[in-house]
Amino acid sequence: MTDTPQAPLDDTLPEDVAALIGAIQYEKTAAFPVEQGYVWTSCASVFNANPIYWDAKVADDITGGPISPPSLISAYARPHYWAPGAEGEQLSLQVHFDLKKRLGLPEAIMTDNTNVFYEPVRIGDYVTSRQVLKSVSGEKRTKLGIGRFWVIDVEYHNQNGDLLGTESYTGYGYRREATA
Amino acid sequence: MTTTATPLTLDQVKVGDTLPELSHDVTATTVILGALASRDWRPMHHDYKFAVERQGVQDIFLNTPNQGAWFERYLTDWTGPTGRIGRVVFRMTSPVFPGDTMVYNATVTGVETDEHGCGWVKLDVSLTVDGKPKTTCEARVAVPTAADDNPWDRRGERWAP
Repeated sequence: MTDTPQAPLDDTLPEDVAALIGAIQYEKTAAFPVEQGYVWTSCASVFNANPIYWDAKVADDITGGPISPPSLISAYARPHYWAPGAEGEQLSLQVHFDLKKRLGLPEAIMTDNTNVFYEPVRIGDYVTSRQVLKSVSGEKRTKLGIGRFWVIDVEYHNQNGDLLGTESYTGYGYRREATA
Repeated sequence: MTTTATPLTLDQVKVGDTLPELSHDVTATTVILGALASRDWRPMHHDYKFAVERQGVQDIFLNTPNQGAWFERYLTDWTGPTGRIGRVVFRMTSPVFPGDTMVYNATVTGVETDEHGCGWVKLDVSLTVDGKPKTTCEARVAVPTAADDNPWDRRGERWAP
């Protein structure tokens, strides 16, 4: 840190950002169905031997057929890394990236995550997601830099309109401070 | 630790119970596999140079959904396949990097049966590295109230996570 006086942190919120709070944004249905391969890859990544994901008979008996791990729900709202006709980086949780750009905060991390799970996600489902910006803080200084915290909720439904789950993300967008 | 052969029932659980510890040595493969398994293509989860130079952290790090998958695995290893997670709230205070040994522990903080007859266990779960907390998690998990109960059968108003 230097001895140079620092500008006060900005506690105001741009009007166009404030107007987005509470609005439903980016309602999208996935371009692909929930597939067994995703389930196995996720379970393999954490060595999850739960037989409802590996044994069709157990899945029939307990969950009425194969399902996806609840924790994997957000994966079904993420776009392919590339698809025909797509340009630029394909991003999920677009509200998060919109805020980074609009507020001039090039870096970001997630700090808190709340997941609530309702109807099971089943193989063959097409998941629709929608995002709602819940809040944006004034500027705050942390060890990472100066930035703002925001909360974004995501709701997930299946093709029948059943609520599958909700997620609430707290993100911190920031710009790094120059070191002395 | 592996998934229990006999599913846990609510009568077997009491406040203050602790879960068997789970530890896992994190490698770059752990991080990258976890990110790609959750379809997370962001570079801080696979590109060392980006993580260090752009994000200002020491290495690539576990992404949020994969941390959720680790918590899920830890909890259902304990409950067995009839355990059904209703809610998880986790706070990531510090990233998990390759070279870390993750250690998971949990304590039961509540046991209840709701108005619909669903049995719930509340737990505080911690992920530590070298004894330092990296992520804390509060979980609410449904387990059978008896051998013939199955939380996965619950739909609509009978499922209140």
